[in-house]
Order: sequence, then structure tokens, then C-alpha cells
Amino acid sequence: MPDLGKYADAVLSAYGASLVLLALLVLLTLRRGRRARAALEAVESREKKDG
Amino acid sequence: MSVTDDKPAIKRPSGFWSYANPVKFLGFSERILPALWVLSAACLALGLVWGFFFTPDDFRQGSTVKIIYLHVPSALMAINAWFMMLVASLIWIVRRHHVSALAARAAAPVGVVMTLIALVTGAIWGQPMWGTWWAWDPRLTSFLILFLFYLGYIALWEAIEDPDTAADLTAVLCLVGTVFAVLSRYAVNFWNQGLHQGASLSLDKEENVADVFYFPLLVCIAGFVLLFFALVLYRTGTEIRLRRTRALLARQGRQ
Repeated sequence: MPDLGKYADAVLSAYGASLVLLALLVLLTLRRGRRARAALEAVESREKKDG
Repeated sequence: MSVTDDKPAIKRPSGFWSYANPVKFLGFSERILPALWVLSAACLALGLVWGFFFTPDDFRQGSTVKIIYLHVPSALMAINAWFMMLVASLIWIVRRHHVSALAARAAAPVGVVMTLIALVTGAIWGQPMWGTWWAWDPRLTSFLILFLFYLGYIALWEAIEDPDTAADLTAVLCLVGTVFAVLSRYAVNFWNQGLHQGASLSLDKEENVADVFYFPLLVCIAGFVLLFFALVLYRTGTEIRLRRTRALLARQGRQ
């Protein structure tokens, strides 16, 4: 860990907030994508079954 | 003359425009997404670790200079995401390609998070350097308005049920909001005042940041750009699937 001196709080909170926001963005994107894929597969399989 | 010669020829789009076909677009994005995810994660990890652990403090700003590796790339992507949405919206308005409208929609939440990161890191950096979290400086103010435009753009997509009407209206909102995307970039040059400095990455060597900060910053920017493309491609695929699901459900409901 580098010595951040008197600005340690500012630097660490900037990195913490940014990484949390980026992680949330990626996770929510992947979750929404998986749900959309599953929903489409369900509708398509029902369509095939019903002919 | 054969019978088929009398039929009007169907002109299929080629090259770039062929990706307006949702199936072709999905195939393309599925192929390149794994590489994009890996490359963006590698660049972000390398750039941030290099910048955080292996660069010196600035003689004036101390260790707060390390915030540059998040603040500059996120601000750059916040502005350029809007420009990407502008291009996609113009393609929708002119050529009526649905994938283009959905790509603009998919980019907005990514842009809003980039804008939020730029605003938050800017405030955290501004407090020790300027003595204030916020100032009504031209660049900061236009950035805040850009953030509000992003929120308005997302809300408008959600508020209108008919997807083509939503695409039309959000495209117009995107054209209007472009003024603030441009101002976020050039406000410092237009109004030679305010706290915020000019460009950090300039071709003018006198204005540019020192090399020791510049190279890790470039890697971080590459990471943010690649992450943006990965997220937008993935999210556009999601929007295409959701649209197809709605269309199939509507058809099944009619039968």
C-alpha cells in the first residue's frame, strides 16, 4: 500500500466509490441480460411447442 | 429471359449496414464480447494498479493526483457515450434501423454511471485542492446538466410504451442534449474562467500531464473505452432480445 499521506481519505474514497459503481453497472447489466435471454428462450420454446 | 429476371432485385445491405440485421448483430457481438471483456478487465487492472501503486505523488497535489486515473477516463467516456448515442440516434432518424435506436438506449445507463463517477471523483478531488466539493464553474455545471439529460433520456424511454415513438422522441432529446455534451468538453475554452483546468491530454506538450502519469492514464482510458464497448454491445443484445420477446408475446396473445 503506498503512503497516501494526509489525502488518504480522499484517494481511497474516490477509488472505492468508482469501483463500486463500475461493479454495480457490470453486475446489473449481466443480470438483466441473463433474464432477457431466459425470457426469450421460454417464449420461443412455447411457440415451437404450439406450432 | 428467365422468369426470375422479371422480379425486382432485393438489395441487401452490405458492410457496416448489414449489422442493422438483429440476428447478424447478435452473432457478431457474441463472437467479440469474450475478447472485449477480457481486454477491458486487463487494461483496467493494469492501468489502475500501475497508477495507484507505482506512480509518485504530484509536487502540488500530493497523492490526490491518483484520482486522475478514474476521473479523466470516466469524464471522457461520459461525453463520448453521448456522442455515440447521437450518432446512433441520427442513424435511427435517417435510416430507421431498430438496432441503432436500441444501441442508443443501451448506452445511456453506461453513460450516466460514467458521468456519476466523474462528478463524484471530481467532488472528492476538488475538496482538498480547491477547498470546495462543488463550484458553479462552467465545466462542472454543464457536466451536471449532461447528467440530468442522461436521466431524462432514460426516463423518456421508460415512459413511452410504443417503441418507435420512444425512439423518435429520445433521438430528438439526444440532439438537444448534445449541446451540453459539447459544453462539458469545451466550456473551459469558451468561458475563460472557473476553477476547472483545461484538457489533461493535450497535444501541446506544455499543457500535458507529465509522462509518469500519462502512460498509466492512457492504459486506464483504453480500459474504460473497451469496457464501454463491451457493455454497450451486451446491453444492445439484451434490448434486442427483450424487443423480440415482446413481439412474440403479442403475436401469441393474438392467436
